[in-house]
Amino acid sequence: MSAPAATVAALAKGLAAGEYSSVELTRAYLERIAAAQPALNAFVTITGESALAAAAAADAARAKGQVGRLAGVPIAHKDIFCTEGVLTTCGSKMLANFVSPYDATVVAGLRDAGTVMLGKLNMDEFAMGSSNETSFFGPVHNPWDTKMVPGGSSGGSAAAVAARIVPAATATDTGGSIRQPAALCGVTGIKPTYGRCSRYGMIAFASSLDQAGLITVSAEDAALLLGPMSGFDPRDSTSVERAVPDYTATLADSLEGLTIGLVKEFFDKGLDASNEQRIRDAIAVFEKLGARVREVSCPNLPLSVPTYYVVAPAECSSNLARFDGVRFGHRCESPKNLLDLYCRSRGEGFGAEVKRRIMTGTYVLSAGYYDAYYLKAQRVRQLISADFARAFDSCDLLFGPTSPTPAFPIGAKFDDPITMYLNDIYTIGANLAGLPGMSIPCGFVDGLPVGLQIVGPHFSESRMLNAAHRYQQETDWHLRVPAAFA
Amino acid sequence: MSLSRADIENIARLARLELTEAEIPVYVDSLSKIFAFVGELDRAPTGDIAPMAHPLPGLAQRLRADEVSEANRRDTYQKNAPQVEAGLYLVPKVIE
Amino acid sequence: MEWETVIGLEIHAQLATRSKIFSGSATAYGAEPNTQANLVDLGYPGVLPVLNGEAVRMAVRFGLAIGARIAPHSVFARKNYFYPDLPKGYQISQYELPIVAEGALDIVLDDGTRKRIGITRAHLEEDAGKSLHEGLPGQSGIDLNRAGTPLIEIVSEPDLRSAKEAIAYMKKVHTLVRYLEICDGNMQEGSFRCDANVSVRRRGAEKFGTRAEIKNLNSFRFVEKAINHEVERQIEILESGGKVVQETRLYDPDKGETRSMRSKEEANDYRYFPDPDLLPVVLDDLFIAGIKATLPELPDEKAARFVSDYGLSEYDAGVLTASRELGAFYEDVVRRVGGEPKLCANWVMGDFAAFLNKDNLEITESRVDAAALAGLVARIVDSTISGKIAKDVFEAMWSSGEGADAIIEQKGLRQITDTGAIEKAIEEVMAKNPGQLADYRSGKDKLFGFFVGQVMKATGGKANPAQLNELLKKKLAG
Repeated sequence: MSAPAATVAALAKGLAAGEYSSVELTRAYLERIAAAQPALNAFVTITGESALAAAAAADAARAKGQVGRLAGVPIAHKDIFCTEGVLTTCGSKMLANFVSPYDATVVAGLRDAGTVMLGKLNMDEFAMGSSNETSFFGPVHNPWDTKMVPGGSSGGSAAAVAARIVPAATATDTGGSIRQPAALCGVTGIKPTYGRCSRYGMIAFASSLDQAGLITVSAEDAALLLGPMSGFDPRDSTSVERAVPDYTATLADSLEGLTIGLVKEFFDKGLDASNEQRIRDAIAVFEKLGARVREVSCPNLPLSVPTYYVVAPAECSSNLARFDGVRFGHRCESPKNLLDLYCRSRGEGFGAEVKRRIMTGTYVLSAGYYDAYYLKAQRVRQLISADFARAFDSCDLLFGPTSPTPAFPIGAKFDDPITMYLNDIYTIGANLAGLPGMSIPCGFVDGLPVGLQIVGPHFSESRMLNAAHRYQQETDWHLRVPAAFA
Repeated sequence: MSLSRADIENIARLARLELTEAEIPVYVDSLSKIFAFVGELDRAPTGDIAPMAHPLPGLAQRLRADEVSEANRRDTYQKNAPQVEAGLYLVPKVIE
Repeated sequence: MEWETVIGLEIHAQLATRSKIFSGSATAYGAEPNTQANLVDLGYPGVLPVLNGEAVRMAVRFGLAIGARIAPHSVFARKNYFYPDLPKGYQISQYELPIVAEGALDIVLDDGTRKRIGITRAHLEEDAGKSLHEGLPGQSGIDLNRAGTPLIEIVSEPDLRSAKEAIAYMKKVHTLVRYLEICDGNMQEGSFRCDANVSVRRRGAEKFGTRAEIKNLNSFRFVEKAINHEVERQIEILESGGKVVQETRLYDPDKGETRSMRSKEEANDYRYFPDPDLLPVVLDDLFIAGIKATLPELPDEKAARFVSDYGLSEYDAGVLTASRELGAFYEDVVRRVGGEPKLCANWVMGDFAAFLNKDNLEITESRVDAAALAGLVARIVDSTISGKIAKDVFEAMWSSGEGADAIIEQKGLRQITDTGAIEKAIEEVMAKNPGQLADYRSGKDKLFGFFVGQVMKATGGKANPAQLNELLKKKLAG
């Protein structure tokens, strides 16, 4: 086994063939994690002991006979997912001492499929950020250049997979938090359709936008892991009652006749020219595979960032009201009275960006501003959603860049929220409309990875994974490993 | 649009966030910029378009059967609590 | 200056579901603190609400019973405010699109006229927990067992013009929710409580005055006292040239007055928005028709039937339909007696109700059941005992639990209907009282009553009154 080359698919085969045990595999990854932690800071919590116990259990189950194809495969979870008995911080001082008494449905699904949890991955605080700089536990570093950000909010997940210190990781995406870091770290990211994966146990940022997903080396790996984490959950009223297909079954389907729409608005003046070239190159590969390409327009899409920065903060301001220092989480020292308990516990427990978004959201919902901001944004959201629906009348999938530029230096945009928010200009639309989206590696600019974004109609994950897989059969961008971690 | 120091203080009180002296001007500046930025929405031709509260259209709330499915796990849940006594969560006196 | 009171009530009725509105925790009253508060009720990170279908059905039952519009599409919204008994920092309620809108109930005023009280809306929401202050110096203890208990908040139009009308309306709603079996109506436990919006205006004025909202009134008596106190307070302010402030006030039953609740005032910008964790509640005609088919006969319908079928007065019909159990008990007695509905009504509302009241029992706990009471009434009807004796028999039934017949036999209370025996008793009395007899015969008619009393005394009250009357008249005449 050589970790840098290992995909989930390969490891599953190796385990099945008895080339190595899950305990051996887990130990090897734990060593890689420990070695990389000082440089990357990708983990908040490493659960070595319980990982080895789970690996031993997987090996024992395998020795007895029937096990699932993911049995014994190590993965790690973004620290936004509640994990029973394990610290679950959401990247915040507010939850720095919070041990979840229950498992998220996604975590339980992947555990039941036999995967072994290596630990909890660093992230922007409460998933609010595009650079992983807002984490209370310090920034995550991009394995391609540790002076650079890995993207966010799932920066720990993307950096860990890129450095091959975990084979795959869960992540979440509210406005691009899977796809943007996947692009900036040169790995594969998928945000499924809203409602495809249960949100139960996933600490809420913006409930109508949040969706669980994956960061993996390849589309094939994503297809393997997506099944067990998908499906209807009676504990999430917004999860959808709809059968989960075998996403691996259609990976190799032909792309002959696939119609790809290039969204005009994705190729705007903010798009870095070199980035754009890599995207155009990738599209040429798809054409070679039999896809037809046409240009489409989503005229309201440029309004997606302002729309998002009304809707998401509004929901977040309410979702984060439960952190009040009473039942769990940070509580200030010696509160003078009830108001002091609230204000100081929250003032101390939340970081600057979280407070900014809570205040933004509080304002847009407050008396006199609700119609002008919140309702207006929800109307624009309808327009954006309708634009996508119209585009899908003539296209199967929409393609474009994932982010305007490759990774930027840590600290470069931290003090300028608007510039930071504009990192997600191409990804937010899919969240507003509840659409599935992917980012796949499609080349490099100055040694830093570039991601191609794929957006599909609701519940088109199979088709997206199929297209991504066929592309990855033709290219090896996804298999490139940063030199320092090879 | 531009927010004042008083606006920020009001919002912070409504949101129960204590801000330091140093934080206030930072938020005055950044929230003003954010609201100038989201002000772009004014230009959108929304007319009588219905607000979209949920990303998947046409879905209805499921109804759960009325069954008691939870056992008492108070001790486990209160392990995370900063201050409890006799099974109660303690807070500074609530004055009505 | 003449003032007119304007009142609107917001009644909170806890729905009688087994589990909470958004979680599988039990709703039973009186458990140890926080033992019925699960992750959802505690507002733990990551958890989500799932709607209890029974709570929806109960709200629809209420809506149908007040002739309201049942919304085919209703929406849950978050009401955001910080309070220790509100774990999520928001209450899941309904705002713009409530499940029930535009209904009405009739109340009967003192002069017997009916008045229609509009019900603006009734919406589903979750109850909050409780803050306890006893024995915790400087601190409050939070118990979240009640958090998430389903409620309907029933909001009336400002149609009520006095504390009396408010009580009549509140009692009407109280009766109705128990008829519908959607709320146990237990006010001591807080299952049924209300907030009152109270204002005054000069009689004849069109505009409403500024109102105060009095919170958490959990007995009919408190509602009446709190409203009357608040009305006086407002009139006093206005007559001395002041202005009423729009605010939330708390009734203090110990002092009998209301006082301002500044804590609730501080942040009353609730920032309602649709709860993204819940989808719209969509109810089709079939669902609603299914619920309609299971509605019981409602209090007003039952009272009207009692008037037309049993010939009862409106007042009596109203009393007997005040609860579903009482109405059923009454009808059971009538059916078993096989008629005599007025006599039955007098007994149910009279001695029976008095004894229940004396022992503080619910009708279901009564020591005398409908069959036993019917057995007693039947003995009056067939002249075995007189109505007067029946009262003693009833008392004995209540204390011993035995049937009327057994008690009549044991105590020898059977009425004397044998002409010979009555005549004999009359003759003896006449013999013992020659003076009175002479006076009577010389024209002192009033002495007739004296002789009735003496004969009754001699027969232990058991002589059949009608027979006695007839025979005595004959004998006295000589």
